[in-house]
Amino acid sequence: MTIEAILASPFLTAVVIRSLIVGVLVSLCSALLGVSLVLKRYSMIGDGLSHVGFFALALCTAAGVAGAYTMEASLPVVILAAVLILRLSRSKKIKGDAACAIVSTGAVAIGTLINNILGVRSADVCSSLFGSASLVTLTDKDLWLSVILSALVLVWYVLCARRIFAVTFDEPFARSAGVHTEVLDLVMAILTGITIVVGMKMMGAIMISALILFPPMTAMRVTGSFRATVWVSAVVSVISFAMGFVLACLFSLQTGATVVTVQLVMFLAFAAAGKGIKR
Amino acid sequence: MEVKKHLIEARDVTLSYDGRPVVENLSFSVTPGMYLCIVGANGSGKSTLMRAVTGILHPASGTLTVAEGVSIGYLPQQSEIQRDFPASVWEVTLSGNLGRVKNRLWPGFGYDRASVERAEKALAMLGMDGLKKRSYNELSGGQQQRVLLARALCASDTLLLLDEPVTGLDPDAAREMYAIIRRLHENGTAILMVTHDMEAALEESTHILCLCQRHGGGEDRSNFFGTAEEYRAGLADDSGCSCCGMEHNRSGSADPVRKPIQIPGAPSLELPRPTRMPPLGKEEK
Repeated sequence: MTIEAILASPFLTAVVIRSLIVGVLVSLCSALLGVSLVLKRYSMIGDGLSHVGFFALALCTAAGVAGAYTMEASLPVVILAAVLILRLSRSKKIKGDAACAIVSTGAVAIGTLINNILGVRSADVCSSLFGSASLVTLTDKDLWLSVILSALVLVWYVLCARRIFAVTFDEPFARSAGVHTEVLDLVMAILTGITIVVGMKMMGAIMISALILFPPMTAMRVTGSFRATVWVSAVVSVISFAMGFVLACLFSLQTGATVVTVQLVMFLAFAAAGKGIKR
Repeated sequence: MEVKKHLIEARDVTLSYDGRPVVENLSFSVTPGMYLCIVGANGSGKSTLMRAVTGILHPASGTLTVAEGVSIGYLPQQSEIQRDFPASVWEVTLSGNLGRVKNRLWPGFGYDRASVERAEKALAMLGMDGLKKRSYNELSGGQQQRVLLARALCASDTLLLLDEPVTGLDPDAAREMYAIIRRLHENGTAILMVTHDMEAALEESTHILCLCQRHGGGEDRSNFFGTAEEYRAGLADDSGCSCCGMEHNRSGSADPVRKPIQIPGAPSLELPRPTRMPPLGKEEK
């Protein structure tokens, strides 16, 4: 599909624009959430939740609601998993990363079994793991959900910026200052869950956690303050998504993989630049 | 004896962790002008007591009250997370103002004028005002600890709660840290400090709280709360514990641990006066 062909068809143009908006909004949210997740050593939560997303998709297929109601059905599953993983990672008995790994690998195993039993085509399994090969699957519902999600994340971030910083940097101190750290963490986990569900269709279960990890890690190569890290992370995320999206359209590549590859290149470039700055 | 208002008062407090009592029948109080060191072997409940004082943990029995209107400036132990954290000195210091409700309702990263002034004053007081824009993770251990102390000062200049403030610092930085705390105390801030450094505790503090259940004679052993002199006297006549030696027998056997005790004040312990610190609070700018 060439760029001329897309522009010639009003339907395709609408699809591309819709996908671009959804992707940019999801990238923005995941970058903002990612800063705290990465710094609090909760990176695994994003990864774990995306695997649970795969499980949720399989569950939808089993329940016969895949397609039209995938989003509605997977949201509660992933949000529940977010709360569960957070609780597990806070308990002293199981180490946090191990807790995430247990939930995520367990979810993938059961999801795969469900797909096995139902005889789901491997092409469909592939698209839930690596993202849909065509953008036509994104609907207006995806668009609205991503708009609502990003509004939630932005409002939360703006209202709680100082608390988010304090809790991320030093939880005991934040608590002593009267900040409800559990509530803040819970909101963060739930918003992360929603971001993953909304972004998964385009990016795929495996690729979506890259949207959370790469932008903050990239930003941290060059920044020396929290505020700058948040800004750079958001800008890098949106730019690399847009670049990856355009490249994917031009060369008929899979969106998720292309975006993550662009993010990887960005990360390496920033890492090199950071070495230069700090020397 | 002069009756002072209590900043913190604990009466017969029992603190449990995972349903197991860690600290039992603890009574102590912190009054203005006090410099109280909390000592005790590992596992004697120092951290648990810290959690209770900051309000994270509620006592299983007894009462632990912080006087109304008194905020606590808390300096927790540094965490792994902070080592590579992208935060500027200024951001960290400002976050000390978070306890004031007004600051929590505003949107964005900014703080009100009074908070900004408080943070500037605290940094200047600790000789860190030149490093405001620097990244926290590029500082030396001693500098990082000073930034966290400045943050604590933004939260309160009445009562500071310091959790092992010199752990991980080299001897020079540790001496400097003690000198800063001493000056803050001389300026009228009450200090509550958890420490492993027994020599410094005896040298610096006015009061000692030892959480080891080894004080008093015979079967009825308990924790110790009193002045540093009383504690020293207890050490000398062997009725006290040997927390200072960190060779604590935690099985609770009755025979006192005998160990030659280094009485503070011996020449080797002399703390040199700080040379690099500006005087506190009285500087021109």
